[in-house]
Amino acid sequence: MKRKMVFALIGVLVLTACWPGPAVPTEVPVPVPTTPVQPRKVRVMTHDSFDISEETLAAFEAQYNAEIEILQAGDAGVVLNQAILSRDNPLADVLYGVDNTLLSRALEAGILDPYDSPLLAEIPDYLELDSQHRALPVDYGDVCLNYDKSWFAEHGLTPPANLRGLVQSEYRSLTVVENPATSSPGLAFMLATIGHFGETGDYTYLDYWAGLRDNDVLVVEGWEDAYWGQFTYGSGGEGDRPIVVSYASSPPVEVYFAEEPFEEAPTEAVVSESSCFRQIEFVGILVPKGAQNRDLAEAWVDFMLGTTFQEDIPLHMFMFPANQNAALPEVFAKFALIPEHPAEVDYAAIEANREVWIEAWTETVLR
Amino acid sequence: MKLDKGTGRQGDKEKGRQGKSNAVSLSPGLLVSVPLAFLLLFYFYPIASILTLSFAPEGRFSLAALGKLIRTPYYLQTLWFTTWQAALSTLLTVGLALPGAYVFARYDFPGKSLVRALTTVPFVLPTIVVALAFTAFLGPRGLLNLALMDLLGLDRPVLDLQHTLTIILLAHVFYNYTLVLRIVGTYWANLDPRLEEAARMLGADRWRVFREVTLPLLSPAIGAAALLVFIFCFTSFGVILVLGGPRFATLEVEIYRQTIQYLNLPLAAALSVVQILFTFALMAVYTRLQARLARPLELRPRRVTQRRPRHWREWLAVGVNVGLMLALLVTPLAALVERSLTLSATGGVSLAFYRQLFYNPRGSAFYVPPVAAVRNSVGFALATVGLSVTLGLMAASVLDSRGSARSPRPRGLRLRRLLDPIFMLPLGTSAVTLGLGYIVALDEPPLNLRTSPLLVVLAHTLVALPFVVRSVLPALRSIHPNLREAAALLGGSPWRVWREVDLPIVARAMLVGAVFAFTVSMGEFGATSLIARPERPTMPIAIYRFLGRPGAVNYGQALAMSTLLMLVCTLGFLAIERFRVGEVGEF
Amino acid sequence: MLEFSEICKSYPDGWTLAGVSFTVEKGEIVCLLGPSGCGKTTLLRLVAGLETPDGGRMLVDGEDVTYVPPHLRGFGLMFQEFALFPHKDVLGNVAFGLRMQGLSRELVATRVAEALELVDLVGFEHRDVNQLSGGERQRVALARSLAPQPRLLMLDEPLGALDRALRERLMDELPRILRQAGVTAITVTHDQEEAFALADRVVLMRAGRVVQVGTPEEVYRRPASAWSAHFLGLTNLVDACVVGPGQVETALGVLQVWDVGCGMRDAGSAAKLLIRPEAARLGDAGPNVLHGTVTERSFRGGHYRLGVRHASGVELAFNVPASANLPASGETIVLSLDPQALALLPVVGEAD
Repeated sequence: MKRKMVFALIGVLVLTACWPGPAVPTEVPVPVPTTPVQPRKVRVMTHDSFDISEETLAAFEAQYNAEIEILQAGDAGVVLNQAILSRDNPLADVLYGVDNTLLSRALEAGILDPYDSPLLAEIPDYLELDSQHRALPVDYGDVCLNYDKSWFAEHGLTPPANLRGLVQSEYRSLTVVENPATSSPGLAFMLATIGHFGETGDYTYLDYWAGLRDNDVLVVEGWEDAYWGQFTYGSGGEGDRPIVVSYASSPPVEVYFAEEPFEEAPTEAVVSESSCFRQIEFVGILVPKGAQNRDLAEAWVDFMLGTTFQEDIPLHMFMFPANQNAALPEVFAKFALIPEHPAEVDYAAIEANREVWIEAWTETVLR
Repeated sequence: MKLDKGTGRQGDKEKGRQGKSNAVSLSPGLLVSVPLAFLLLFYFYPIASILTLSFAPEGRFSLAALGKLIRTPYYLQTLWFTTWQAALSTLLTVGLALPGAYVFARYDFPGKSLVRALTTVPFVLPTIVVALAFTAFLGPRGLLNLALMDLLGLDRPVLDLQHTLTIILLAHVFYNYTLVLRIVGTYWANLDPRLEEAARMLGADRWRVFREVTLPLLSPAIGAAALLVFIFCFTSFGVILVLGGPRFATLEVEIYRQTIQYLNLPLAAALSVVQILFTFALMAVYTRLQARLARPLELRPRRVTQRRPRHWREWLAVGVNVGLMLALLVTPLAALVERSLTLSATGGVSLAFYRQLFYNPRGSAFYVPPVAAVRNSVGFALATVGLSVTLGLMAASVLDSRGSARSPRPRGLRLRRLLDPIFMLPLGTSAVTLGLGYIVALDEPPLNLRTSPLLVVLAHTLVALPFVVRSVLPALRSIHPNLREAAALLGGSPWRVWREVDLPIVARAMLVGAVFAFTVSMGEFGATSLIARPERPTMPIAIYRFLGRPGAVNYGQALAMSTLLMLVCTLGFLAIERFRVGEVGEF
Repeated sequence: MLEFSEICKSYPDGWTLAGVSFTVEKGEIVCLLGPSGCGKTTLLRLVAGLETPDGGRMLVDGEDVTYVPPHLRGFGLMFQEFALFPHKDVLGNVAFGLRMQGLSRELVATRVAEALELVDLVGFEHRDVNQLSGGERQRVALARSLAPQPRLLMLDEPLGALDRALRERLMDELPRILRQAGVTAITVTHDQEEAFALADRVVLMRAGRVVQVGTPEEVYRRPASAWSAHFLGLTNLVDACVVGPGQVETALGVLQVWDVGCGMRDAGSAAKLLIRPEAARLGDAGPNVLHGTVTERSFRGGHYRLGVRHASGVELAFNVPASANLPASGETIVLSLDPQALALLPVVGEAD
């Protein structure tokens, strides 16, 4: 009797696993124009943080009689490496997710084909880092310090107003940062300090980091551990660091995903005085002109830059839309602080000096 | 399959020439070619592709990176650290798990299957989840510290294990305890207790009995488990990175950094080569040792060797061991489950996060319905189990290279000795490198599997195969050749002999291998996190998605999905262990 | 030297060993004999200390060893399937007990050599035990248990796993070896022939109880009950009624019985008459003449086993010396029964 049950259970599992049902529901009953033509496939390779609504995707598929296949693998660095290694036989038609820290590598590898999208007109110039339009900006996010408002209120401390404050003695043992060698926001924050303090002069970024180290800064490997494990708010009190390196979008996201509705955001980003680093994410076409799917690829890029897609971005990818005509959702408009002058580092310099900077940072902070 | 019809009546001369007793050989060449072909296509070919590509950055092949690596003290130090932390972890795990294995081997007590299933659950959890569980339990404001602070009236945390070697070792034990428990426990269960009784009658106290009789007889199983644990800890990535913190680095971490962060392929390839060679060398040494140690035993069925504890002392031993297991392995998980059921806002118990798993309020296209996630995970896992157990059995049958009593050195022994390390190599290879290898190599038909779900199963099988082989081989080697010969002389064809003699005896070891294969797949080990996956999200992927963005609701759902993963795995383990076909599984 | 007093043990499935008591003198070989499931192996394990009794005591030279752990009792046990250590060679196996005693290397070597010589395995020191024949393994097991000179040696079915020729040989050799080593021994077997060959005294057991204790001759000549007789292979049992001193009336007629305990029976009392297989001689010379038909006849080497049916319907089995004029199956036969080979057994109080 037991044996039969086990067999039945295994059998059911095998059958349902083999059943080629929709693994991720992408179909939405949208009336499709009755054309006899089979939908064509367009493939997009991207990182694991990519997310958009079904409706939006369905709108694209309906409009162009296409079928989108999204390939995801790890983070932006992994995806880019995959794209570079498969350049002779691309895995996909479009690559999305390369950010400005990786832009130089992507451009040097020559995997992206230029495309002058008409929608570039709606995107501010300062986001268009590649004049040749091989990489087109889709969204941006600012990596900033976040602090736990209630913790500071309870302990009667003034929250930090800028980067400099963190090396003061009253902020001792209060900060957790991610390792730039292993984490994308970690790298971004280090670049913020480079942009803010510079590499030369009497107080360089390394002096700053030495100060942080002396002030007992905690370094962890990734954002998840920092935010959910060490940040007092994110860890629900199990961690003991009220200041964390996260995104400017984190406070509104906390409000959006709260268990009970919030009047105020429980955390706040430190955005003044170039304390943040702006990460811009780009999309690029992998297949050359004249390739079979080129037209669909271009259509998809246009779609990504259009308002339908752009307005979906904040609540799905928690980044800010590049298209200046896209409206922000209410929770973002209400709770998000957008830095006026994020710290800047030239993207070409990033790729060139990455290893050196990280090595110097490691030397200063960890050894 | 070529079936030999010989029944042993051929002359001794012929027997000697052919090596393994003619009555029972199943054309090993054919048998091994299947798993070997699998390895060739899905391991050697991709690895060779990525390595040759990496060592030829400007089109010219050069091993300069390798030379540079050997001369850089930092990398040598990293190699050294990788090795000794793995060795220490292995010693600790074996030492702690051996008493547990004893209790499981000799006694039958209520709840045994459940406890054993629970000890395997850690294996499937993503490292970040384990890290969070450890923080919840051992962190500065975790359960243990709070309890100790209460007890001792202190206001500063007692235990500060964050980013220490201790926590790395603890996490390794946490993950790998089950390997020793299952492999050694299963093997021990069939050892004849009368050997120990004979030693006692000859005047040996319990400790000497263990040292002189039990331990030597257990050595094949302990060796197999220790090897797996070592390689696992040697290639440890998440534990070192997340729990160890930025001051610790193993080869695998370096490979990841060089590849992903810097795209410094030559150096990454050099590091991979060092890792592979080291694993291979270790395996070669191990194989020699094991082949000499393995000896046929008089195996006894479990209904004879296992019994309920009768004495209060025995109950105490069982209780203490099970208690330790639960304390070490289950309490961190329990802390996780507890968090998933608690609303941090109110502190009340609620199933809210579980319910929310079923909703998609934002209409996200990448929303993972729990049912779909379970189905995909289990589907991949069952496929992995089927494939790896089949290939593993084939490989193990060939590796069981003892000859008959009259001709102990069959032809091709040296070749067979080489095969054992080869089957283990995927475990000792960097997942990052392998993942890239797939991208580079598997792009042309008929192997254009880069974006196919099949690749997930293949990648999982590659990692699961060594587990199956290591679980089954000690059991196979302990079968007395006389048993097979007796069956053959009673009229059994080689296939029948295998089915009626070998299979029932190694069935439980096979089930152990199946459990590991299931676990490896459910936990998404190996290169699957680094290949371009099409839209078949599994539970670990769903967990990462939730943890990738802020918001209390996301955290809660991540924990809820983790709990679901633990539940599905536990059920899966129990189902596999209860698998009985005829007498298969009872021995 | 060794005294067992009211040893009992019960198991969860209901099986019990009850009130077992007997003694073993120094230098004696005692055999526990009985069918499977009678408790002999359990008793052996209790003596060895591998299990503890629920009640009763065990005394060795007056010292109570009931709860002493096995490795401190100084007893030896030779297992039914030898339990040789597969990972040690012959030397390693035989030397094991000596090493546990902490003897010096030279002394160990000497004693091992002596033990191997005793069992006639000189030169086998470095052989792999897994490659020895059954008889050789048995002798290694014996040497291993003898080498530490235990004060009591237990042997579980010592001849059970051997072929006929080897069994015969060892049935002679084993007592000689044991006596030469001067060791006190308890053997366990279900085979009556083996028990009689090895033992000075036999303890007959059934269903967890001791049924009879005595020398082999005593047990054979006067089995305590019909069951004992059956177990010992004495199947010729007929109902009898005592009609006078040394005379009983049976379905076979009135027979003369020259049995020691016969005189103590009252006339008219009922009994069971045991006719031993060797009681029959061909011909009618003698007091108890039997006429019957041969139902079967099989040659056993030194004698014939004859099945004979009497006119009254009683079936008997005899071992008759081989001679030229033995009737074939189906023919009539005249036998005379030796009164000394007949015995009376009580009929009351014995459930068969």
